Amino acid sequence: MRARTLSRRRRQAEAGWQGLAASPRPVIYLGMGSCGLAAGADDVLAGTRAYLEEREVDAEIVKVGCIGPCYLEPLLDVQMPGRPRLSYSNMTAELAAKTLDALLAGEVPKRHLAGHFGDDDFDGVPRFADQPMLKHQVRIILRNCGIIDPEDVDHYLARGGYQAIERSLRMPWQDVIEEVQHSGLRGRGGAGFPTWKKWLLCRQTESEQRYLICNADEGDPGAFMNRSLIEGDPHAVLEGMLIAAYSIGASRGYVYIRAEYPLAIQRLRSAIAAMKKLGLLGEHILGSDFSFDVTVKEGAGAFVCGEETALIASIEGRRGMPRTRPPFPAVSGLWGKPTIIDNVETLAALPPIIANGPDWYAGFGTETSKGTKTFSLVGKVRRTGLIEVPFGTTLRRVIYDIGGGPTKDFKAVQTGGPSGGCLGEEFLDTPIDYENLAAAGSIMGSGGLIVIDRDTCIVDTARYFLSFTQDESCGKCVPCRVGTGHLVGILDAICAGRGELADLDRLERLARVVKGGSLCGLGQTAPNPVLSSLKYFRGEFLEHIKEKRCRAAVCRDLVVYRIIPDKCTGCERCVQVCPTGAITGPRAEAHNLDPDKCIKCRSCYEICRFDAIAGDAIVIESRGQHAL
Amino acid sequence: MAAVTRPQPELDDLPASSPPIDPWAQIVQGFDGNRSDLVPVLQRAQSLLGYLPPDAVRRVARWLRLSESEVFGVATFYAQFRFTPPGRHRLRVCLGTACHVKGGVQMLETLERRLGVGTGETTADGEYGLERVVCLGCCALAPVMTLDEAIYGQMSVLKLQGILDARTHT
Repeated sequence: MRARTLSRRRRQAEAGWQGLAASPRPVIYLGMGSCGLAAGADDVLAGTRAYLEEREVDAEIVKVGCIGPCYLEPLLDVQMPGRPRLSYSNMTAELAAKTLDALLAGEVPKRHLAGHFGDDDFDGVPRFADQPMLKHQVRIILRNCGIIDPEDVDHYLARGGYQAIERSLRMPWQDVIEEVQHSGLRGRGGAGFPTWKKWLLCRQTESEQRYLICNADEGDPGAFMNRSLIEGDPHAVLEGMLIAAYSIGASRGYVYIRAEYPLAIQRLRSAIAAMKKLGLLGEHILGSDFSFDVTVKEGAGAFVCGEETALIASIEGRRGMPRTRPPFPAVSGLWGKPTIIDNVETLAALPPIIANGPDWYAGFGTETSKGTKTFSLVGKVRRTGLIEVPFGTTLRRVIYDIGGGPTKDFKAVQTGGPSGGCLGEEFLDTPIDYENLAAAGSIMGSGGLIVIDRDTCIVDTARYFLSFTQDESCGKCVPCRVGTGHLVGILDAICAGRGELADLDRLERLARVVKGGSLCGLGQTAPNPVLSSLKYFRGEFLEHIKEKRCRAAVCRDLVVYRIIPDKCTGCERCVQVCPTGAITGPRAEAHNLDPDKCIKCRSCYEICRFDAIAGDAIVIESRGQHAL
Repeated sequence: MAAVTRPQPELDDLPASSPPIDPWAQIVQGFDGNRSDLVPVLQRAQSLLGYLPPDAVRRVARWLRLSESEVFGVATFYAQFRFTPPGRHRLRVCLGTACHVKGGVQMLETLERRLGVGTGETTADGEYGLERVVCLGCCALAPVMTLDEAIYGQMSVLKLQGILDARTHT
């Protein structure tokens, strides 16, 4: 059967999209991703609605996903008739009202103005895409995020959506796999296995049934690429699933997604409903011989379910515990049938690859790592958010040019989540690709980049990751279950000032055992944070052990809180927040802090810094050294 | 421990807001009774009952023709399932990596002190349940916490005290 296309509907959608850009009414775009909501986008939306109602302004409100620079959220974009869309950052309901007042009066308020979305120069306002955070990015996967309404399939169609599946259905499956091979696409879940290879293995395994699973169980703490992508452009992921399912010959698919992402789940469900209406799911998709259906499976909170065999066990209704491989899921997976598990980002890369051709895609990136990669750039960096850069971009470019540099002195960047490692200054000029990060003792992982500055303790960070993996170890194999516990125990002792020199050898020995002896990727990579920290930041471990000093003043047992009498104005704010009555003193006189009563909760430190009058009268020190 | 055990509601004793149909029917509605329905059915039961009382585990087991220990084994494997009644309001503090390096643990400790409960417990009046989660995926706005459906980003002890004060004074 020859597949029909959606061209008529697409033409309508394009007309609608152009109509929106040329609307005679003001159009207001609000970033309503989870990060926007966390920053208060709900208030801005309510305030904007109330404002429009009160002034009887006829305007259209479009809710979009996250455009990436989360530190600018909540973002309110306003497009006045005949003018480009202007983006206003860090809005509140009151600021939104003020901004709208000015815009409706024909002015262009410059306060909070982050840029415009037009092509040409507009009134001296920079283009949004020229924002320092955006200008070094290449947005292929994130092309629609923050631009379109994720709940409106016409927006996706108008931007070229579902053309790639139309094209795929006109090709034999072998050709689709070949194009993916030529694009050089590697699995974005972390391991970086060539996507086409496992597809071919699956397709060539005889079976009457094959399955496709989209792995959206984004478990790495500090990483949110998949959440943001699904929230902002769910159809891109689902179109990718269609292409993958067609290539491997799967008629059933699952999206396995974390329950912690309620908004992403809702967006997926609404996108699936829209696809069904368009004949993009179900029997004979677009009139072809290809039939496919998708079910959303909510995870129930287990990090190990990101591992493919554990994920399969979880879908089958069992405890999410991994098993030995081979057989690989591509041969024997869900209910014993050949199954492909692809990461959200891998799938979302497929539509642009098929639509624009593999050579175009392979034009980005390095010799071994083609295309682009999204990263969540977070931690102690000035501009936080979601970014997309070609492979081969250096860490320095990402952290300094895109991220605006660390908030204080750079110490390290943590890549690869609990399976990765901390890389120090000497790696800043390393081009990011799978091989380089592995050679440095870390991994690409799913794409979390957490910047750490001098106020973050390396030993504490290693302990944090190990406690995480210990908590999340499923308990099936001994090296992981028992080994991670012992690693945490040793790190606890070092952080508490009870460490001894021999502990460093113990850590390294044990780490090798856990790495070599564990059943699945969770245990095999769990020691990476310790090993890389020991390798590059051994000095900090030694300080904790020999001098009982934590230079970042993080490890509680090694620090004291002190009031600097010369700086204390006696405002009593710290007295009010201290939960144990450790701080006393008459008003207007320098206060007194009783170290025996102090539980080091940090409340006083925060309130002191917050108060412009008292300033930095409270310090946290470790062994006489000013650290904060 | 300040946690309390409130009388456990039976399956038939659902919140008044739910539609007047047999709650059990509502829990299994749309499922075929396959093994793979186990986790989704438990999720539905928990969303309707607030937690998984022993009776729910028993009935799910019978419905899927599995042993109770098998069902309980699956339920306890996943962090999402709880076996004690939740508080009326759900406080979740994120301790993902970004929140960890930005001081999320202070939010948790402040809440523990203010509410007089440990993490994973419910206040004596049943008002608040305090949980820690590993990553809500709003890392760019760390530290993050949620109160019921509302997400709060860029938290500080001060901001948290403000939120708590506003709630206790109303």
